[in-house]
Amino acid sequence: MARGSTLPAPRRGIRGAIAYRGGEGMVAWAFHRISGIAVSAFLTLHVVSIFLVGANPEFYDSLHLFYASAPGKVAEVLLGAALLYHALNGTRIVVMDLWPALTAYHRQLWRIVWVTFFTLGLPGAYIILSRIWETAK
Amino acid sequence: MSGAPRARQPRPKGQGRELTYWLLTRYTALALFVLALAHYTVTHFVYDSSIQTAEWIKQVRWNSLAARFVDWSMLVIVMIHSCLGMRTVVQDYVKGRAQDVVLGLLYILTATLVTLGSHVVLTLPLS
Ligand code: HEM
Repeated sequence: MARGSTLPAPRRGIRGAIAYRGGEGMVAWAFHRISGIAVSAFLTLHVVSIFLVGANPEFYDSLHLFYASAPGKVAEVLLGAALLYHALNGTRIVVMDLWPALTAYHRQLWRIVWVTFFTLGLPGAYIILSRIWETAK
Repeated sequence: MSGAPRARQPRPKGQGRELTYWLLTRYTALALFVLALAHYTVTHFVYDSSIQTAEWIKQVRWNSLAARFVDWSMLVIVMIHSCLGMRTVVQDYVKGRAQDVVLGLLYILTATLVTLGSHVVLTLPLS
């Protein structure tokens, strides 16, 4: 058998973890992992800040000013994009895992993820970002 | 478990604890599809996020027990899901003794967040 026909052994460490080794689920998997970690990081900050609503409302309000700023609105859109992709792709995974017969349609499911992502995401991003120039008026 | 990419975690063989975690990740995911997306819609589209001060949360968002019950349920469900998810991530990238330490920190963080979140949603006076 030709040597090049086998996949290289996974390398250790971060380089190994993110190296491209092909396979069509690669993009779906990488985005799912990155978005899952990003949303978990936000969730940690979010729960702590909501805790302050009871413990220290003035401090909460001062932190919350970020949501009114332009960088805050951009961050909101990025959070929404990560959550929306993760939710859509996650549902694709759950559908195939709980109803394996549907795995035959994985290409269609993958296409539905992206069509839905942009159909909902682009108008959504516009609504949030438009508040930047609306409040500036 | 290696760092090799895969489309998703394969269903664990047999009936053990790993299968329970795998299924729990999926059931919580289905619940979150509704809860988390609805939550984002309410907090970022229905209302402008920037008006949601501490006083507003007290007067408007959390002025009903039903709303608090939904948010508390979401807190518990999302913490189970993200803890199990981050557990897989840690197991992929951290090996040996260090893995036990990092997993321990993850569980402490999860328990702390459930405690802080439950505290505020259950004790903030109803207005
Ligand atoms: C909104 C609905 C959601 C759905 C449908 C969903 C679905 C899923 C599924 C099916 C997995 C397992 C993937 C696998 O086994 O390879 C997963 C992993 C994960 N999820 Fe979610 N999830 C959702 C929300 C969230 C939220 C809100 C968070 C964080 C707060 C989160 C964090 C994670 C993490 C960290 C992983 C591990 C990623 C990995 O192993 O690569 N998920 N999600």
